[in-house]
Amino acid sequence: MRLTLRIWRQKDRNDPGGLQTYQLDDANEHMSFLEMLDVLNQHLIEKGDEPVAFEHDCREGICGACSLVINGVAHGPLSKTTVCQLHMRFFHEGQTITIEPWRAKGFPVLRDLIVDRSSFDRIMQAGGFIDVRTGAAPDANAIPIAKPTSDLAMDAAECIGCGACVAACPNGSAMLFVAAKASHLNLLPQGLPEKARRARAMVKQMEAEGFGSCTNFAECEAQCPKGISINFIAKLNRDFMKASLFPQGGGGKREA
Amino acid sequence: MKLDAKVPSGPLADKWTTYQDHLKLVSVKNKRKFSVIVVGTGLAGASAAASLSEMGYKVKAFCYQDSARRAHSIAAQGGINASKNYPNDGDSDFRLYYDTIKGGDFRSREANVYRLAQVSSNIIDQCVAQGVPFAREYGGLLANRSFGGALVSRTFYARGQTGQQLLLGAYSALMKEVGRGGVELHSRVDMQDLVVVDGKARGIVTRDMVTGEIKTWAADAVLLCTGGYVNVFYLSTNAKGCNATAAWRAHRRGAGFANPCYTQIHPTCIPQSGDYQSKLTLMSESLRNDGRIWVPKKQGETRAAVDIPENERDYYLERIYPAYGNLAPRDISSRAAKRMCDEGRGVGPTGRGVYLDFAEAINNFGEDVIRDRYGNLFEMYERITGEDPYKVPMRIYPAPHYSMGGLWVDYNLMSTIDGLFVLGEANFSDHGANRLGASALMQGLADGYFVIPYTLSAYLATVDQKAVSESDAEFKDTAQEVKSRIDGLLKVNGSRSVDSFHRELGNILIDKCGMSRSEEGLKEAIGKIGQLREQFHQDVRVLGEGTNLNQELEKAARVSDFFELGELMCYDALERRESCGAHLREEFQTEEGEAVRNDAEFAHAAVWEFTGDVSKPQLNKEPLTFETVKLATRSYK
Ligand SMILES: Cc1cc2nc3c(=O)[nH]c(=O)nc-3n(C[C@H](O)[C@H](O)[C@H](O)COP(=O)(O)OP(=O)(O)OC[C@H]3O[C@@H](n4cnc5c(N)ncnc54)[C@H](O)[C@@H]3O)c2cc1C
Ligand code: FES
Repeated sequence: MRLTLRIWRQKDRNDPGGLQTYQLDDANEHMSFLEMLDVLNQHLIEKGDEPVAFEHDCREGICGACSLVINGVAHGPLSKTTVCQLHMRFFHEGQTITIEPWRAKGFPVLRDLIVDRSSFDRIMQAGGFIDVRTGAAPDANAIPIAKPTSDLAMDAAECIGCGACVAACPNGSAMLFVAAKASHLNLLPQGLPEKARRARAMVKQMEAEGFGSCTNFAECEAQCPKGISINFIAKLNRDFMKASLFPQGGGGKREA
Repeated sequence: MKLDAKVPSGPLADKWTTYQDHLKLVSVKNKRKFSVIVVGTGLAGASAAASLSEMGYKVKAFCYQDSARRAHSIAAQGGINASKNYPNDGDSDFRLYYDTIKGGDFRSREANVYRLAQVSSNIIDQCVAQGVPFAREYGGLLANRSFGGALVSRTFYARGQTGQQLLLGAYSALMKEVGRGGVELHSRVDMQDLVVVDGKARGIVTRDMVTGEIKTWAADAVLLCTGGYVNVFYLSTNAKGCNATAAWRAHRRGAGFANPCYTQIHPTCIPQSGDYQSKLTLMSESLRNDGRIWVPKKQGETRAAVDIPENERDYYLERIYPAYGNLAPRDISSRAAKRMCDEGRGVGPTGRGVYLDFAEAINNFGEDVIRDRYGNLFEMYERITGEDPYKVPMRIYPAPHYSMGGLWVDYNLMSTIDGLFVLGEANFSDHGANRLGASALMQGLADGYFVIPYTLSAYLATVDQKAVSESDAEFKDTAQEVKSRIDGLLKVNGSRSVDSFHRELGNILIDKCGMSRSEEGLKEAIGKIGQLREQFHQDVRVLGEGTNLNQELEKAARVSDFFELGELMCYDALERRESCGAHLREEFQTEEGEAVRNDAEFAHAAVWEFTGDVSKPQLNKEPLTFETVKLATRSYK
């Protein structure tokens, strides 16, 4: 398989960067997209050129490290698939492929295709937890949780924190990530006491990190490799509204 | 090297409570004065860092990923064991303990394993309180399933992504403590060495993976929670970044390395498809409940699977192990698959694969039932291989998956260096020569949430050590050694890439020190690895600089340590003249190819000491004694 690759190269945070073109003649359809890049990098090293830096770790679609925009789409053409699980048989002989990093104000580029996503961790530090100390937990079956509620919380909890939602959004909004994280906990009885505080704190930190606002493009849902639903954004908006109406309240008691 | 396991006296079931009742405590006011370094933010590291910070210690945590949430624990699928006995099917602490110690082929320390079973229930409570969405029944209570051949249902799970959900729980606790100011978290930071002062672990040296800055950090104790080392084989189910550097550097500074040759090769992974292959993907073992494993009877068969008639197929597991058939344990199934491929009867483009066939199950139950049971696994298989397992049999092959070996620790999880504690997969403790499914997640969280908060406190309450700072000579000297090592790698400017060396090392190891070993093969491997290591240091090509983000440099430093560890694995395998757990020594097997264990000579942990010369490690032994179990032969016929 022969390919023309246009890849974003940028030495560091301060370098303006730009697209460079490479020819690759020995890709094959069984390779994963990242293995195709590995092969390109081996050729670059042989020639004495520095290899392309890109982020990856598990290569199983679960750690959320891989983060490439392929021909304008976060994680590439296959829906509900991270780029590490995307295989070359979804591309064709002679194709030109453009590969860029996540682009958003909240995600500055560190090198080539690698961006700084530490803003997500800071949002989590603001409120993405249930305040329980080690050793202070009641028996796990003390609070029964209806299966549909628990399943819905699990749907939200499937978010792998890759940031594709931000890269996909024309506004660079992080609402899908924040909504998934807050909803996972806000849906569960264990998370209710801190629900209002959590919604306020996480949204506030998201704004401080320079992410854009959500205007319902829904591109985030379309490009999310885990198919997280934008209904969670509506839920977060509701939780946030209530939290703003009753700023002193914990929020838990007011729920029907 | 002195190996005192410090197991408390008294009956097995009372050891841990007696220990807790009598341990020395650090006063609330004094806790703030102690600082602790935690390297690693997987299940073991995140749970330890969060718990210690809640107690009041000053914690600094480190990980090489961009976020603590991406530690490799995230990838675990199947589940986590606990002796809750919610299904009322007769489970108990003792039964969980017994299954684990037997599964490990009687090569683990009794007291540690019993404690693990005792705290397992607390783990589930803790995780649920944090919001971990475990699977539930319609009545709203937690669901369980059976796993890994256990006779009871004790495995808790969350939609095939148990690891992610447990880690998100531990990570959220860690984020809470970072937000509160109790933990200082450093991501994209690679630990490169351990600083030892007056024989005690007092700090670490790190490389900032974005700026290349080499930095030192001082503390009162150091916890390594840095995961397993099966990436030494190059191809494994581990994440690409998993490495042995932290453990190996600690070993070179005096920490004993126990049972390095104990690695687990998981039977059901997608086979390699070509030389470019970068990792292997695990397929859940549950598939063996309905799939039948076979290879063609004829060597060098070229027909497609569906064209091979029934009477020309060899369902070898059913043939050799009629009682267990396709559900024979991990080690037995893996070895049998290798034997078939060695005989030239392997399938697929590389000849290293066996069929896992669902045709009969689909015939019996219908495609819908099979889709319902394994739909997402079939989808994943098709996404990766492009083949539809409803129509053609899957191809599977064993792959390195887990390291039971690791740094030696005593009952307190302290290594042979005072003040250096080792948690999770990085230590050697609880799984003996073979780990059972769903028990690694349990061990990581047990170590971090429920063991180290006690044992570290006991250490800090009694240790007598002077204050140290990053400007002390020991810190500066160690940092200087790290700098020289990194400059050395950059200076070689040879002709071969890091990956090409790593692949070659991996091939030697999987062939000679994988599922089955022989004296002859191991000696050959030792020679080859030594030569290759020398070549690596003379001919590796690492481009770019040390002062910015340089992924080749990161890899080179790791591979250079893998070379040394790989050699030690071979010495260890050579020394262990018995077949046990996941490992067959070819000289020690029955006529039918079954493992022959030798309890008289090898009921010990082999603990290796670094002597200054990689090729002359010193062996020490911790004898394993068993008070409550009888050493039995595992038979699955
Ligand atoms: C595909 C797969 C499926 C599995 N499924 C199951 C299962 O179903 N049930 C089960 O019980 N077990 C399972 N396991 C095993 C289990 O997941 C691991 O053993 C366990 O998660 C290890 O946890 P840990 O905290 O010890 O290490 P890890 O989670 O690997 O964490 C290591 C940490 O150390 C850091 N680190 C490493 N080196 C350095 C360094 N030099 N400098 C700085 N930081 C460093 C990393 O950044 C990371 O934070 C599975 C394993 C795999 C590979
Ligand atoms: S590398 Fe982990 S999700 Fe892609």
